[in-house]
Amino acid sequence: MSLELVVSNISKRYSSDAILKNCSFTFNSSGIYVLMGSNGSGKSTFLRICALLEAPDSGDINFYSEGKPVIKDISLMRRITLLLPKIGVFNTTVYKNVVYGLNIRNLQRNDITLRAEKALDFVGLLQKKNQKALTLSSGETKRLGIARALVIEPEIFFLDEPTASIDQKNTEIIEEIIQKMKNYHKATVVMTTHDMEQARRLADCLIVMNNGLILTA
Amino acid sequence: MGSILEGFIKAFSLIVQLDRELLSIILLSLEVSGSALIIASSLGIPAGSILGLKKFRGRGLIISLSNTFMGLPPVVVGLFVYLLLSRRGPIGFMALLYTPSAMITAQTILVFPIITSLCHSAVISVDPIIRQAAATLGATPFQAALTIIKEARYGILSGVIAGLGRAMGEIGAILIVGGNIAGYTRVMTTTIALETDKGNFELALALGIILLIISLLINIGLHFIQRKGMVRTIR
Repeated sequence: MSLELVVSNISKRYSSDAILKNCSFTFNSSGIYVLMGSNGSGKSTFLRICALLEAPDSGDINFYSEGKPVIKDISLMRRITLLLPKIGVFNTTVYKNVVYGLNIRNLQRNDITLRAEKALDFVGLLQKKNQKALTLSSGETKRLGIARALVIEPEIFFLDEPTASIDQKNTEIIEEIIQKMKNYHKATVVMTTHDMEQARRLADCLIVMNNGLILTA
Repeated sequence: MGSILEGFIKAFSLIVQLDRELLSIILLSLEVSGSALIIASSLGIPAGSILGLKKFRGRGLIISLSNTFMGLPPVVVGLFVYLLLSRRGPIGFMALLYTPSAMITAQTILVFPIITSLCHSAVISVDPIIRQAAATLGATPFQAALTIIKEARYGILSGVIAGLGRAMGEIGAILIVGGNIAGYTRVMTTTIALETDKGNFELALALGIILLIISLLINIGLHFIQRKGMVRTIR
């Protein structure tokens, strides 16, 4: 793992509710970290703060590369990604959704095509690359979200409830994809789930959250 | 009834024969309204996008003004532009009154609030999750803003087409600032009004039919765009 994430004593409140209370954790090896907890335990907020999509009220989020601190700017934002529970599909084809992250990085066209097709093949959507993305099923939409994020080869890949509100068959497909992600380009995967069985199946490191606290890791 | 029918027959014959006077009036109408649309879109789309994307002091007031000006009475705009361009007006020295440029200016003022308001509505109707999704994929704030505008493209295009409809059918403002000079500032709507006054229904009807066809084409375009945009259900 080239990017290390150190979370120190972060707290977050929404109005009067304390969502996170002095949470600390270090993500320092590649593999799958699973944040497990019931609804409202604070795991999604924790993930959004780790992915720099939100700022904590107090505490620190620090990234290190080969032991040196990394400045939290757009370059760092481009080394990590977060799969949101609601994907936010762009109103265009499956392929153009996947190449979005590559186009904004101004990569070479050949490289873009190769990487996009590899990612689409990885999630089993290569045959649907010219289809309108908004016509995909819920499960396929989740897989598209994974391909769109994987194609940018993030060093840390956060996934917020990647199998929420999808059927059993697609849940199994996505779990298989997550397990294979470790070999895709050695990314660190940090995901949330409220399903204990799923957490056990996938986790290399299980983190349990309850009521805004990290209980065990 | 007979004279109306006769008028229709003569009108169709003018259209079929591609009458020179008819053609020059149609071309000038398209030139004036098209130019106004291009200018109003160039200003209105960025203005509407900024109103939809940025929060700043006075934004609410600008949105309210823009929505109010969508229904600006054309004669009031005509009067305003007339006062601006008349010899004693602040830019009277440019001698633009009774020229196609004056007509373009008046139509631009009429169309600009429509495009701005509809563009603003289209941009704010894009699900906020799109901005977050773009950010998670490494987009800079500017790239994320462009992505939102791109997602709003069908709504923005609807606004542009609505603006074209307004410009093509407008008469009050261009009559005041254009003066309806034959072969120079005479467009479809002003000709229809003039020829009807003179009892010369053939040309008026021919232009009316063409105006209706253009209006129909605009509406078909609008319907097509709205249908394409309807696929949108956020996932």
